[in-house]
Formats: sequence, structure tokens, C-alpha cells
Amino acid sequence: MSRVAREKPGPLEYHRRWPLQLIVGATFFFLYFPLIILMVFSFNDSRRNIVWQGFTFDYYEKVFKNAELIEAFGNSLTIAFFCTIISVILGALTAVMLWRFRFPGKTAVEGAMALPIVVPEICMGVAMLVFFAKIMPWPSGMPWPLNLGAIIIAHVSFAFPFVATVVRARLASFNRELEEAAKDLGASEWRTFWDVLVPHMQPGLIAGALLAFTLSLDDFVITFFTAGPDTITFPVKVYSMLRFSVTPEVNAASTILIVVTVALTAIGLHLQNQSENKKLKP
Amino acid sequence: MTDLATAPAAKPTPHVKENAIIRFENITKRYGKVVAVDNVNLEIREGEFFALLGPSGCGKTTLLRMLAGFETPTEGRVFIDGKDVAELPPNKRPVNMVFQSYAVFPHMKVADNVAYGLKMDGVDGGEIKRRVEEALELVKLGGYGDRMPDQLSGGQRQRVALARALVKRPRVLLLDEPLSALDAKLRDQMRSELTSLQEKVGITFIMVTHDQDEALAIATRCAVMNRGLLAQVATPADLYEFPNSRFVADFVGSVNMFEGVLDKDEQDHAIVRTQELSAPVYLDHGVTGAKGSTVWVALRPEKIEMHKRPEGSSPMKMEDAPAGTNVVAGVIRDIVYLGSETIFEIELESGRRVRTFRSNLTRYDQEDFTWDEPVWLAWHACSPAVLLS
Repeated sequence: MSRVAREKPGPLEYHRRWPLQLIVGATFFFLYFPLIILMVFSFNDSRRNIVWQGFTFDYYEKVFKNAELIEAFGNSLTIAFFCTIISVILGALTAVMLWRFRFPGKTAVEGAMALPIVVPEICMGVAMLVFFAKIMPWPSGMPWPLNLGAIIIAHVSFAFPFVATVVRARLASFNRELEEAAKDLGASEWRTFWDVLVPHMQPGLIAGALLAFTLSLDDFVITFFTAGPDTITFPVKVYSMLRFSVTPEVNAASTILIVVTVALTAIGLHLQNQSENKKLKP
Repeated sequence: MTDLATAPAAKPTPHVKENAIIRFENITKRYGKVVAVDNVNLEIREGEFFALLGPSGCGKTTLLRMLAGFETPTEGRVFIDGKDVAELPPNKRPVNMVFQSYAVFPHMKVADNVAYGLKMDGVDGGEIKRRVEEALELVKLGGYGDRMPDQLSGGQRQRVALARALVKRPRVLLLDEPLSALDAKLRDQMRSELTSLQEKVGITFIMVTHDQDEALAIATRCAVMNRGLLAQVATPADLYEFPNSRFVADFVGSVNMFEGVLDKDEQDHAIVRTQELSAPVYLDHGVTGAKGSTVWVALRPEKIEMHKRPEGSSPMKMEDAPAGTNVVAGVIRDIVYLGSETIFEIELESGRRVRTFRSNLTRYDQEDFTWDEPVWLAWHACSPAVLLS
């Protein structure tokens, strides 16, 4: 054992004391054990899926043959894709506006912007339902992907404040002299924005995009209230399948969703690291 | 009052031309009720290395930023090269700036940083490459083009900022506190590099600084500012030896200041009496002030001589002043040894403390001054500066 490890833990080294180690252990257990069980039982060769019967890929096959589920999955990815793009643009512009300018009612705008983060999802869902049903019905029978418009709008409305918050935090560390330097060297306002401000915002934009994507992909409550009969998303579909019984098919579908989300997040983080490493290495 | 025969020689400045490249006309800048710059009139000649010097908040940076176009004057006009630049935004002005934080673009390679301004001007690729290399050579960063800014030291980043501004061949280069972020050794080195760089490129340099040493060492001419007003515009030597006010005398260098009354004012000499000194101050020149008016005598520490004062000795006499003037008795109260020189703090009979410097010319101080030792302090008739405000 090294010398350091044998020394008594310091006052703040709680990670080396047993009560906290226990709590951390329990947290990890309750967080990940259900997920692992979910994944393991997706390979269970049993319809009722209560006890382990044997290994099979059957239910994955079933999932891929389930046209409704695949359609719902496609819908979810499409919605998440558009929601991410629109939220990043809208969020970034909001962040820049709030960071850069002073205008009457700025505090009100800031508060209003944070509202979707704090308002209970169920309220947002009901509000969206009423809005799209009574006040501004989204035209039905539109071709794909236009039929997803209502859900995309609903998702953007709660996702972009997260992007704006992340980007604004990033902007706080911006050195205004960089902007002045660009102008001093002959750049217009617009060039300065693209050449100096956007590169600085980039990590915030990537983090914000990841947030918006995952928020949209797994949103159930608001989507449930906004979705029409022909615009089922993946979480809503999984929920409807659950109403009949918890088959391994549901487990398999959920496992796929987990893998996709984790993979996309990993890719996003990897891209971000790469762009940071490029700065460090010649 | 300024006797030019005794003024120290000014730096040779063959590259300074007669024409004014910058002209501030009645410039005032207000932020709400605060007056940052108060009716400044100033001309800067082409080829000068000009310093705007003053304590923080004196308006020097505001003045510089008006040249760059980041501030607009509330009143008055700014001319660059004879043209009123009121309507010109920063990106259309023939000046470039080196920022206090250097503001090197962190996501661009060194070469791309330097090329940025040329790209904005639509210079073609081959020419950009050639000029960028030339500029990097000029600031001794040849071969650093492919590095990222965070692989450079502070001093190197500053050179990138310099190259990036100079590559555009501006009419005037603006420097905002260029040396404040460097450590002491590097600062000394950059001082001389900045002056030689300026002589090499022949561009007018205007520097803002709060450090009087820096301004004296680098500039061909300085403007001292105080609370938005121009206090004095002069060469470094004139600023130090012939300050025009208590503020300038005190801000530039170290000084002993005495408040007194003008007792005698003739063509060839003057006498000032002050309660803080036991002997009157004799000056070898006349003062343009009314007899009996309040004046201030500024005496630089290095211009005060210190001699032993044995018990019962009579006051010594300075050869250029009448007996009984320019000599006072005191006791050494504090000694600060600084290596190249030693600072002595002497308490006078009036209780007033006076500072004097002595160069440590030999490794052992033969006179061996020590704490609580009685001494005579004396000065030449040409040494004190008389200030009317």
C-alpha cells in the first residue's frame, strides 16, 4: 500500500469514510441495478417475463418486425433532430441577446425564459393539448414529417431554455477585447460574431444540443398530450405496450433506446474533446 | 522658469516628423454626470512614441479608445491624418490596437491570428502568407506560425498581438498598458524591444500606461492626465525635471514637496520661505509669481546631498547659494538598502520627514551613515522646482 493511502482521511475526504461510501454504493445500486435487470431480461425467453427462462434474441427480432414501434422510433429521432437544431439556434440567440443587450423588460424576459424549466411538465402538457386542440389546431393529415410539427414546437418550447442557460453560462467567460480586436482588424459586426463569438460558444452549443436531443427523445408527458393518433413517439408507444403486459419486447425496445442515447452522447462528447485536443496539439 | 541650458538632452528622434498625425480638438467625454475626458486639446506628431500617462480613471484609456473607434466623444473632434474620424467605425480606421489582454484569438493558430486583418481587407493568399511571415520575423516569432496561442507564454502572446496589428501597416499603433501583464525582467526587455521595433517600422506608437517608469523609459513625449484633464505634455526629461504642477511632480518619480511663500522674486534669483524647512530656499532663477503668494517647492530625493553633522558644527555653505540658505539640519530615522542605492529618511527640526537617495558607489559605505545620526541636508540653487499650482 502506498504511504498516502495509509494516512488518516482528511476532514473533507469523505470518499474515504465508510458511511459515505455506503451511501454512494446504494445510490449506484438503485440507479443502475434496475437498468441492468431491464437489459438482461430483454434476452429472457419468456412471454410473461417474471422469471429467467433462457437466453434468446427473439424479442429483438420482434421489435424490429414491429412496424408501429419502428415508426414511433423514427418519429422520435426525427422530432429530436429538428428540436435540437431549432433549440440550439433559438437558445444561442436568446443567450447572446440577454448577455449582450440591455433593454426594457429584460428581467421579465429572463424570468419568462426560465419558466419552461420550472413549470411542471404535466401543466405544460395540458396547456399544449388545449392550445393545439382549441386555439391553433395543427392541420391533420399532413405528410411526414410535417405531421410532427406540433410535437416539435412543443419540444422546442421546453428544450431551448436549457440551451440558452448553458450557452449564457459559457458567454460569461468571454473576453470582450476579443470582439474589439476583431473589429479593430477590420471585421464587420457579422464577421466578428461568426469568427470570434461562435467559436467561443461552441462547447456550450454542443452541450446544449446534447441536452435538447435527449430531452426531446425521452419526453413522455408533454408528447403524450400533443401527439395525435398518427404521430406516436417511442416513449408513448412503449407506454401503450406496457398497458397490456410487460413483455421482453418492451425491455428490448428500452434497451435499444438506452444504447442509442448513450452512443449519441458519447459521440457528442468525443467530438467536443477532439476539438479541444486540436487546440492543445499542433 | 524653464532654463533650457540646464535641460537634459532629449532622445535623438530623426524619425519624428513635423506634421500632426493625431489631433484632439476640444474633446470631452461624459458618462452621465461623470466627466471622463475634459476638453482635451492634443497633437501627436507622425513617428512619435507617445505615452498617455496617469492614474487609473484619469481618462487616458478613454482617449485611446476614441482613436480606435470604441468610444465616441461627447463633444469635440478627433482627426487622424487630417481626417475627421467621427463617422468611421473601428473596422474602417487606419489604426490598430494591441489590447491589454492581448486578445489573441484562442481558437486560431498564430499565423491565422496574424493573417486575420489581411483577410478582412481582401488581400490575396500569397501576399498574406508573405506578409504574415515577415511580421512574425519582425517580432522574433519566426517558425511559430503553426502553434496555438495556449502553447505560448505571455510575452509571446503579446508579440503575436503586435504582429497582428503591425501586419496591417496602420498609420498609428495603439498600445493599451502593453507591459502591465509581464513580469519584471521581461518588462525591461520588452521596453527596449518596443522602442527599437518602433524605430524600425517608423509607425507612430501611442501607449497608455499608469507606470511612470515605463512612460519615461519608452516614450519620446508624454501627456500626463489627471481627472480627465491634460496636466502636462512634455518629453520625459522635461516632465521629471520641470513639472508644471504638484500633481505632475508627485506622479512622475519621487519628490519632497514643501509649501511656502514667495519672499523674493528677481530676474536672476528668488527666495521661498517655508515653515517646514529651517532655512529659506534659494533659487538661481526668477519665478513668475506675485510676491507673497503661496508656492510649492519640489525637491527630488537624488538632488539632496547629505553630510555628517558633528555636535556643535556650524551649517555648511553651498557654493551657489548665500550662506544660511539651502541647508537644513536633520537626523536619520530610516534607511532602506536597495542594492544599487540606499534611501534615507531624515527627520528635520520641524518634524517633517525628507527622503534622499545615495548611490552605493563602493561596496563599503566609507561614510557609514547610521540610524539616529545627525546630518546636514543641502541642495544646489538649480535643483528645486517651484510650482505655482
